[in-house]
Amino acid sequence: MKKIMVCIKRVVDYNVRVRVKPDNSGMMLDGVKMSVNPFDEIALEEALRIKERGTNVEIVAVSIGVAETQQQLRTALAMGADRAILVQTDSAVEPLTAAQTFLAVAKKENPDLILLGKQAIDDDANQTGQMLAALWERPQATYASKLAIADGKATVTREVDAGLETIEVDLPAVVTVDLRLNEPRYVKLPDIMKAKKKPLDVTSLESLGVFAQAWLKTVKTEPPAQRQKGIIVKDVAELVDVLKKKGLI
Amino acid sequence: MSKVLILGEHDGKTVNPATHKCVTCAKGISGAEITIALFGADTAAVAAQAAAIHGVHRVLRVDRPENAHALAATFAPQVALLAANFTHVFGPSTSFGKDLTPRVAALLGVAQVSDLMAVEGAYRFRRPIYAGNAIVTVEADASRVLVATVRIASFEAASTGGAAAIEARPLDVALPTHTRFVESRSGSTDRPDLQTAARVVSGGRALGSADNFKLLFDLADKIGAAVGASRAAVDAGYARNEMQVGQTGKIIAPEMYIAVGISGAIQHLTGIKDARTIVAINKDSEAPIFEVADVGLVGDLFQIVPALARLVGP
Ligand SMILES: Cc1cc2nc3c(=O)[nH]c(=O)nc-3n(C[C@H](O)[C@H](O)[C@H](O)COP(=O)(O)OP(=O)(O)OC[C@H]3O[C@@H](n4cnc5c(N)ncnc54)[C@H](O)[C@@H]3O)c2cc1C
Ligand SMILES: Nc1ncnc2c1ncn2[C@@H]1O[C@H](COP(=O)(O)O)[C@@H](O)[C@H]1O
Repeated sequence: MKKIMVCIKRVVDYNVRVRVKPDNSGMMLDGVKMSVNPFDEIALEEALRIKERGTNVEIVAVSIGVAETQQQLRTALAMGADRAILVQTDSAVEPLTAAQTFLAVAKKENPDLILLGKQAIDDDANQTGQMLAALWERPQATYASKLAIADGKATVTREVDAGLETIEVDLPAVVTVDLRLNEPRYVKLPDIMKAKKKPLDVTSLESLGVFAQAWLKTVKTEPPAQRQKGIIVKDVAELVDVLKKKGLI
Repeated sequence: MSKVLILGEHDGKTVNPATHKCVTCAKGISGAEITIALFGADTAAVAAQAAAIHGVHRVLRVDRPENAHALAATFAPQVALLAANFTHVFGPSTSFGKDLTPRVAALLGVAQVSDLMAVEGAYRFRRPIYAGNAIVTVEADASRVLVATVRIASFEAASTGGAAAIEARPLDVALPTHTRFVESRSGSTDRPDLQTAARVVSGGRALGSADNFKLLFDLADKIGAAVGASRAAVDAGYARNEMQVGQTGKIIAPEMYIAVGISGAIQHLTGIKDARTIVAINKDSEAPIFEVADVGLVGDLFQIVPALARLVGP
């Protein structure tokens, strides 16, 4: 294992309650706090742990996004990534375009492992890792909650609907991570200082030969249907009463 | 005319109800001809079940020893080959479908629409983003095959009693050997399945231990409910992974959802928005869960839950 590539997406912080624009043309995102997609922090943490287990691996954090995405890549560098690549674009990047872009980067970098989050918490697409694996013609292990690397293979335990499933994949491979894989470390101030000196290369979609196609047209964005506020009952007896009247018990 | 290929989910013995829900979604495309493809080592038994789903035109059995386990890398090239004869390819938004369909879409060189919650036309759909904080209407290019996952909580299961034709369709395509199944461990199956249960009792961090979760299992057994959990409860080891409900766990739509000691974070609420009736038990009257609950009871769960279990059921 020589190199691990980790995909880091800049998204609205998970604590922010985003709202729809009154004219239904999109979300109100001006000035909201942006962060590293929580799953991508877990992906990076896993890469760092593989490195700390003693293998001499280089960790490359890669992101596609606006110029300000450098902030999230600096966070990744502060966590411990060795270097970063920003594929800078102002275009909306759909999962297929992201996968095509990561493929182009992977062909240059030749990583043994590519780690991504299982989903980005903005579009909730849950696609990019699987698409990248298909385009790269390599194995995919999605929703990883445990990852062991040995002898050119990865053994991955996956969180599936029925419980846990374990598969074995030959490297190089794409792994997308789930919540229970690890708990990401906090970044310390000295690391933030050190991260400023780490290399962060900026490139473009064009120089990677990728065109940001708008595959899907978003016609409108609306708030979800609201649930009616209900009643508060005073005790268990009244609760049972209400549920019986509704025919629920 | 639209020709929809549904990637049927099954365990070799039973067709997963997510498949029936995909059929309902596909029926929303007017005049659609619906085909279910079943991949497996031997799909005879499940093919008979799939053929009985009302609205299904045809069931394709793709039997191969390599298909014994649902590995996306193995299934995807076969689906991509089949897709040539269809306008749409739908999979359920279960761990099976979410793993497989994007791989298929990429092989076909098309985008995917995730989590269809409403069909507005053959190429126009609604889907949630930002943990359900917004719903977008999207349109796809009608000249290309449309690959999508179906948000199963948004659709009723199609009824059975039909009799579609069943065809064996072995596919001559080389399959990769780089991905191998090792084992699967599933939780106990003597309780109703969380994704299809009519009633669900769910516990949060407030339960405090795996042992205390027994309070919920007792109540659930009395009313025939499945048991779910918040992420905090799963992370703390009080409940198993597959019990997590929410944005990154299971999205469910039971008749009744009882949230016990769950604060109601947006990531949790997105998993229960389609429940018919939400009941909340929480000691904090300001907890956000009360904003969506139809019936709320403020108080200590350790008193309320045992009392409730005594008063309900046989
Ligand atoms: C990327 C991401 C994805 C996530 N995905 C999910 C997801 O899929 N599902 C999910 O659930 N969460 C998810 N979360 C986590 C979510 O943000 C919340 O942290 C989590 O839901 C909180 O769980 P909880 O309500 O059990 O715990 P808490 O928020 O700690 O709430 C505990 C509640 O119990 C009440 N309480 C305490 N003691 C008692 C008592 N004795 N009797 C009655 N009430 C009591 C308290 O008043 C409180 O309201 C996700 C978070 C992130 C960042
Ligand atoms: N623009 C992007 N920049 C960096 N990583 C991305 C980008 N888009 C997707 N990813 C990665 O792909 C994962 C899944 O995203 P998605 O398919 O959009 O849900 C994320 O967790 C990231 O690791």
